Formats: sequence, structure tokens, C-alpha cells
Amino acid sequence: MSVENPVERYLRSDRMPHIWCPGCGIGTTVNCFTRAIDESGIPMDRLAVVSGIGCTGRVAGYMHVDSFHTTHGRAIPFATGLKLAAPAMKVVVYSGDGDLFAIGGNHFIHAARRNLDMTVICVNNLTYGMTGGQLTPTTPEEAIASTTPYGNFEHPFNLPYLAESCGAVYVARWTTYHVTQMKKAMKEALLKKGFSFVEVISPCPTLYGRRNRIGDSLDEMKTYKTRSQIKNGADTKEVDLGMGGPIVVGKFVDRERTTYQDAMEAFYTRKLGNRYARASQ
Amino acid sequence: MHADPAGVLTGAHFLDGDHACCEGALAAECRFVAGYPITPSTEVVERISQRFPLVGGVFIQMEDELASSIAIAGAVWGGKRAMTVTSGPGFSLMMEHIGFAVMTETPCVFVNVQRGGPSTGLPTLPAQADMMQARWGSHGDYEIIAVCPNSPQECFDLTIKAFNLAEQYRTPVMVMLDECVGHMMERVVVPAPEAIEIYPRRWTNAPLDEYLPFAPEQDLVPAMARAGQGYRFHMTGLTHNEKGYPDMTVSGQARLLKRLTDKIKKNAIALTDVVGDQVDGAEAVVLSYGITSRVAQKAVQTLRAQGRRVGSLRLRTVWPFPEYLIRDLAGKVRAFVVPELNLGQIVREVERCANGTRVVGVPHAGGTVHDPAVIAQAITEALR
Repeated sequence: MSVENPVERYLRSDRMPHIWCPGCGIGTTVNCFTRAIDESGIPMDRLAVVSGIGCTGRVAGYMHVDSFHTTHGRAIPFATGLKLAAPAMKVVVYSGDGDLFAIGGNHFIHAARRNLDMTVICVNNLTYGMTGGQLTPTTPEEAIASTTPYGNFEHPFNLPYLAESCGAVYVARWTTYHVTQMKKAMKEALLKKGFSFVEVISPCPTLYGRRNRIGDSLDEMKTYKTRSQIKNGADTKEVDLGMGGPIVVGKFVDRERTTYQDAMEAFYTRKLGNRYARASQ
Repeated sequence: MHADPAGVLTGAHFLDGDHACCEGALAAECRFVAGYPITPSTEVVERISQRFPLVGGVFIQMEDELASSIAIAGAVWGGKRAMTVTSGPGFSLMMEHIGFAVMTETPCVFVNVQRGGPSTGLPTLPAQADMMQARWGSHGDYEIIAVCPNSPQECFDLTIKAFNLAEQYRTPVMVMLDECVGHMMERVVVPAPEAIEIYPRRWTNAPLDEYLPFAPEQDLVPAMARAGQGYRFHMTGLTHNEKGYPDMTVSGQARLLKRLTDKIKKNAIALTDVVGDQVDGAEAVVLSYGITSRVAQKAVQTLRAQGRRVGSLRLRTVWPFPEYLIRDLAGKVRAFVVPELNLGQIVREVERCANGTRVVGVPHAGGTVHDPAVIAQAITEALR
């Protein structure tokens, strides 16, 4: 008797095994993502996944949908062009903390400001995995990275606060320990009109956990379990991450704003009347 | 296929080169433009932003040129014809996405209204100093197509041509204006839509489960799908196989790069677009492009009036460089003279192909056009 794994049809089995290390959390997020797609009811032919570069940047290539592995930091502007050209598509940007918030930070804030109708999923493992564990804009203070061998003295980004400040209409954070909640957040984000953002705190045992004496992936999951505090609706100003202390998780923002495309069409209709020619799809 | 009448402003107009370039894009059925303001190219997107809502196009002013240059790739894979427009500093920022478009075989157009550089340089003044950057600016080995108009009319005509070549070869195409051509106003005749030939996108009609997104057709160019058709394809800037999956092997790299370069190199003759004038029997041939070709014309006339047999070769397509033409002329002429608004870029290509025939560059650091007398003097000295 053969039993099909329910997530299998969403993945490109001919590309397995994947490149991720044992204990890496990215696979867990992809598992949740496939289940979120399934529950969202969004047809696979209407879904596009766009990734940048890095370990999480490889997600697009494993998803059995129209998928785009772009350049470092530029998944969001690629997705912007794709969404504006093909508005019927549900466009998801799936990438890592370094890709989205260091090299790609400018695009994130502007896409949120414009309220482009897309979902951004950030697997935040607090480091650059692909290049060997360097400092990212989310690496906590004091953390050891290959480019901060004495520890990090930079202030990291608080991603939910950044996303909310810039205009995201849906903001949630979970860890790879919270698979049920993560899946639900991804589903809500997929179904939310406008710029939705899900941050998933995820272990990189190979290049972050070991170096910072967190231990292996199982130890990291135990850390997530003990440190996490679920606070739906928390003030995003208060959810920054340190080496120790709480990891505040939950759904922080769920609000309505006019999307870029709706604003554009309504505005041109008002200003130009029947001279306005809507883009064909 | 003929142009969609919605975007074609048929008739005679008085336009500058930037505006003519915009009209060329509209006639070529460009319906997505992402741009960032930069002198002296801004007038192109200003006119786009005014015209697009009336013809079903989408213009977005992005946060920078990095974003603009990949937003167009996203739009192309969403089904649109797309371009971005910039000048020197912005062009520098776009280099990575020129390579990305080459690697992913994304048909799109990059317009560069050249100004003096390096760095911020001469924002409002002309140069032709990005010609080698257009050819080699992105990392890795690749071939590129670049056209170079010398009048507003050609800004219109060659922008259409750029879109057609982009679609035919599935490659980014550069339209290399300069500040003078971009800002000069002249009569521009826009033909009727049925007189404008449009090269249609090479859509695949493969069955859903048989489509290989990067398997080439006979001319080495693969047929394309767009998001949402059900093909569920993958594309990547990594070295990839015909399925579009990463294939980072020595043989995979060799195979892909050979095809990507061959699809242009093997069509070097078909891609040649030069205007020759009295080249047969010439003692010297002046090779030029863009605004400098119009200045050089004056010098050529001066020398001809003195009884010298001076020919002129004007490149409308600069890349791929028509090297076979130079090799053919080498030995038949005594000298090539190459005036250009840079300190010596295309002259190197001529030297490479001249097989010992004398090559005289007429460099100019930019900021204005050449004095025709300086070019005439160079021709005289070349023939001495």
C-alpha cells in the first residue's frame, strides 16, 4: 500500500534531497507552507513563489509552482513586477533575514509602504547560512558570527516593528517549534489582501546554534519552547530579540489598507474617467 | 504581427529623443516600465507615466535602479513587454540584472541615455563612455545586443527594433542614447500600426507536462511560458539545465554558456545594422555611432570637398560588433578613423579586427560633441 505524503504534491520530488543541513528549520517552514497553501484553497497554478539568494532562497526551487530564484536581495522588486503584470497571481516572497533585510531592506520597506498585494515569509535564522555564518541585521547583540568573532555589538532589527511601521497589513512571528500556529499564520497571510509578513525564527545549528552554545537543533527547539511567549496583538515595539530573554510570538498586526493596485486603479479612474485604460491581464 | 494601434501615435511629431524613445516603446507594445529618475533620461519615464494609463500600461517609479532593473524581469515573466530607463550611475547599478536577464533569457530593454562619467560626472552633458560597460558590465561571459540611435527618429525606430530583438533572441537589449540625442528635438514620423512589425513573444504551446523551459528550439532560443499558465516552471540565475533546475557542473556550465553566447554570435551577420556611405574605393573609412556620426559627417564632407575618398560606416547596432565588415575592409583602405565621445572604446574593437591597417582614434572626454575640424584633421593625418 502506498501512502502519499499530503505535502508531496506541492514539492518537486525530482529535486530531492534538498540542500539543507540536518536540523535546519527551513524544511519545517516549507512543510507548514505547503499545508497553508492546501488549506487556503489557492490553486497551485495561481501561486508564484519568488526567492532571493541564500539557504532560504532555495525554497522557490523546491516548490512545485511557478517559481523564481532571483538575485540577492531583489526578490521583492521582482515580485513587484510579476504581481503588477499578472494581478491574478498570488505572489509569495520566501527568503532569509540577510537577503530580505540587509541587501534587500530598502525593497522591503517600500513594498510595505506601497501595500503591494503579496506575502513575504522570512525564515530568520539570525545568520547567513549559505556563506558560512556571518552577521546579519537580525543577529542579536553579543552573538558570535564568523565576522563577529568577539561577539556582535550592532543593534539588530526588530522585524515585526519594522514591518508594521512601514505599512504591512498583517504581521506575525512564530518559531519552528510552533508549527500549528506558523501554518495558520501563513494561511492567514496568504488570504490577506495587501502586504502580509510572517517571520519564522528558525534554527541554524551548523553555523549559529553550535557557535553560540545553543547546542543542536533539538536543544534550539527546547529553547524556543521555554523562551517563547505568545502575545497576540503585542506592541511590536516590545518584541525585539536578544540572546536571552523572551521570544515574543503571535499575530501582532491585522488591519486594512488600500493596496497599491486598488489605489492606482481608483485614482486613475477618478482622474481620467473613461480615458483610463486598465492593464489587460 | 503588427503593432497594437492603442499605443501608436501615428503622424508627424516634433519630439526630443527621450520622448521618441517612449513612443517607440509604446509602439513596440511595451506595457510595463519601472524606472528611477536620473538626468538626462528622466523625460522618457515622465512621458511614459503620462501615456501609460491611457493605453493599458503600468508604470512604477521604483526605489532605486536595482529594483527597477529586476521589476522589469518580474513583469516579463508575468507576460508583459517591459523596459527600464536610466543613465550612467543608474546603469552601473543595473549591471547585475543585465546578467540575470541574460542567464534567465528574459526578453527586456534597457535604455541608457549616456552622460559623462565616471561617477556622477557630467549629469547634464553628453558622452558615449558606457559602450564597453554595455558590452561587458555584468560579471561572467555573455553576449549582448546594443543599438545606438543618432536622431529622435532613430530613437523611435531603434527602440522598436530593440524590443523585437529582445523577443527574437530572448535576451536583454541595450538602447544607447546620449544626452545630445536624448534632448535634441526633431521631426519624428510615427507610421501607421499596420506598418510597424512586432516580433511576438515566443510562447510555448507544449503540453503542460512536457514543457522544458530552457530547451532550445532550432535557433538555440527556448520558447517561453508566463506565470499562471499551469506549467509550474522554475527559473534561476544559477547555471541550470533544460528543466530550469540548478546544474552546477563543469559540463552544465559549458553547455549553457555555449548556447547563450552562440544564439547571438551565430547571428552576427543577421544582427548587423550599419549605414555605409562611399565605402567602396575609400582611402579612409570613418567609423562612428550615435551623435558623433552626425558630427563626423561634416568632417567627411570637408575631406571629400578636398578630393579625398573618405567613406563612412555608421553603426546602428554596436553590439555584437560587426567585426567581419572591418576584417573585410582591412587591407582595402589605408586607415580607419574612429571618433567617439570617450577616451577610446569602440576604437579597440576596430583595432582588433583591422589586421594591421592603420586605426586612428579621435577621443573626446565628453561634455560636448567633437569639433568637426578635429575629426577632419585626424582623417588628414591618417592618410598622410
